[in-house]
Amino acid sequence: MATVLDIRGLTKTYASGLTALKPVTLAIEEGEIFALLGPNGAGKTTLISIVCGIVTPSAGSVTVGGFDVSRDYRAARALIGLVPQELATDSYETVWATTTHSRGLFGRPPDRAYVERTLRSLSLWDKRDARIRTLSGGMKRRVMIAKALVHEPRVLFLDEPTAGVDVELRRDMWALVRELREDGVTIILTTHYIEEAEEMADRVGVISRGELILVEEKHTLMRKLGQKHLVLHLHAPLTELPAALSRWDLALDADGQLLEYRFDTRAEHNDIAALLRGLDELGITYADLHTEQSSLEDIFVDLVASREAHA
Amino acid sequence: MNGVARFNHHGVWAIYKFEMGRTLRTLLQSIATPVITTSLYFVVFGSAIGGRMANVDGVPYGAFIVPGLIMLAVLTESLSNASFAIYLPKFTGTIYELLSAPLSPFEIVLAYVGAATTKSLLLGLLILATARLFVPLEIAHPVWMLAFLLLTAVAFCLFGFVLGIWANGWEQLQFVPMLVITPLTFLGGSFYSINMLPPTWQTVALFNPVVYLVSGFRWSFFDKGDVAVGVSLAFVSGFLAVCLLMVWWIFRSGYRLKT
Repeated sequence: MATVLDIRGLTKTYASGLTALKPVTLAIEEGEIFALLGPNGAGKTTLISIVCGIVTPSAGSVTVGGFDVSRDYRAARALIGLVPQELATDSYETVWATTTHSRGLFGRPPDRAYVERTLRSLSLWDKRDARIRTLSGGMKRRVMIAKALVHEPRVLFLDEPTAGVDVELRRDMWALVRELREDGVTIILTTHYIEEAEEMADRVGVISRGELILVEEKHTLMRKLGQKHLVLHLHAPLTELPAALSRWDLALDADGQLLEYRFDTRAEHNDIAALLRGLDELGITYADLHTEQSSLEDIFVDLVASREAHA
Repeated sequence: MNGVARFNHHGVWAIYKFEMGRTLRTLLQSIATPVITTSLYFVVFGSAIGGRMANVDGVPYGAFIVPGLIMLAVLTESLSNASFAIYLPKFTGTIYELLSAPLSPFEIVLAYVGAATTKSLLLGLLILATARLFVPLEIAHPVWMLAFLLLTAVAFCLFGFVLGIWANGWEQLQFVPMLVITPLTFLGGSFYSINMLPPTWQTVALFNPVVYLVSGFRWSFFDKGDVAVGVSLAFVSGFLAVCLLMVWWIFRSGYRLKT
C-alpha cells in the first residue's frame, strides 16, 4: 500500500514557548485506520492541526497524497476531511445549507445526491431543514462529521470523536468508519481511550508530551497492554511469600495484607485457578479479591520510564 | 487531481452565498436600520434645520448633506459588516473549516470583502433612493459617484476585515468604529463644508481622512468639493492600498489566524 500521509521531523513550539511537538516522524498507509493515543495535552490536536493547515509548523514537512501541505496546500487540503474535537457550528444555518457550504468550500461542484447520501448515512436527513441551534449535542456532532465527509475526502481526521458522545452515536460512528474504510478512506483518530483504539484501529501510535513514543500494530500493542493484576485481601498477613507459590509472579505489599498476582489476559492459559487452589492447600484464606487492568496512564508511565532507563 | 483547480470558484461562491444569506436573515439589522437612521438625519438636519440654513456653495442644505450621509453609512456599515463577518467564525470556532479549506488568502478576502462590499453598495444606493424622497437631487458625475462609492466600500470592507481579525473580543470589535470612525465622519464635513470652519480648524480638518472621501463623493454630485477631486481620488486609492498591504501581511504572517 502507498503512503498517504507522510510526516517528517515535524516540530511545533508555540509563541508562548510551549513545545507541543518534538520532532515527530510518522507514515500512514492508504486505507488504514490509525489511532493516535495519548493523554490531554500530549500534542494530538497540534499534530492534526498542522496537517490540516490550521497551525503552522516550526520545522519539518508533511505531505498528503504526495502533496506538501504548505507548498501544494490546495491539492493536499482537498484530500482531507477534519472533524475537530470542539463543537463549532453555524447556529443559524440549516443542516442542508451548512453541508452544501462545506462541499463548496473544498472546491467540489454541487451534488445534491451526494449530500443526501451523506446526510442519510448520519441519520440527519430528517433534520436537513432544521437550524443547527435547535439540534442536540449529539446531532451537532453528526453535522460536523457530515461537513467533513461531504467533499469526499480521502483522509479523514477524527479528533476525539467519541468524547461526550452517547452510545448510539458511538455505534453509528464506528459503523460509518468501517464503511469509509471499505471505500478506501484513510482514517486517523485521536483518543485517550484504549478501548476505542482496540475496537477500530489497525495501528496505534502513542504520543506523550509531544513525542511519538511508540507506533505498533494494534495486535502487538494489545498483547503488551494486556496485563492484569489480581489482588487478594488476606485474612492474616504474611511475612514472606511461601516457597510453594514461587511459580507464580507474586508480590506482597508492605503490610503483608495484600497479595498481588500479575498475569496476561491474552496468554494461552493463565492459572488463576491453580493459584487459588495452591493458596487453599497452604491454608491461606482471603476476604476479598479483585482484578485491575493496566490503565493507559500506567502504560505511559511504563513506556516513559523504560525510555528513560534506556537513555 | 481530485478536482483541484487553480482558482477555487466553488469555494469563493460558497462563502459569498453564505455571507449574503446572513444578510438576508438579518435584513432588518443589515439594511433597514441604517436606512431608518439616515432618514432620521434627513428629517432633523435636512427638513427641520435645513429649512433655516442658507445654501452651502450654492447647493441647498438638504441636498448638500446627502453625499456625506451616504458616506457616513457606507463607512460604518462596511467596517461593521466586514469585521463581524470574519470575527464571528473566530469567536464561534467555525474558522477551523475556512483555514483547512483549499482556499488561497486572495480567495478568502475576495469572498468576504466581495460580500461585504455588495451589501455596502446596496445600502449606499438605497440611502440615495431614500434621500431622493426628501430632497430633489441631480448627480453631476454618476459614473464617478459609483466609482467613489465602490472604492470607499472596498477599502473600508478590507479595513473591517483587518479589524475583525485583530479584535480579540466584542469590545475591541466595537472600539474602532465607535471611537475612531464615528467622530472622524462627523468631523469630516458630512454636515458642513470645511470652508465654514475657522482657518485653524480648516487646517486640522485636512488631517482627517474622511474629509477627502466626503469631498470627492460630494464632487461627483455637485461638481464641487472641499479639496480637488484628484486629491480625493488619490487618497481613497492610497487608503485602499494600505488596507491591501495589511491583509497581505496578515496572511503572510498568519497573524491572529494561525498559531
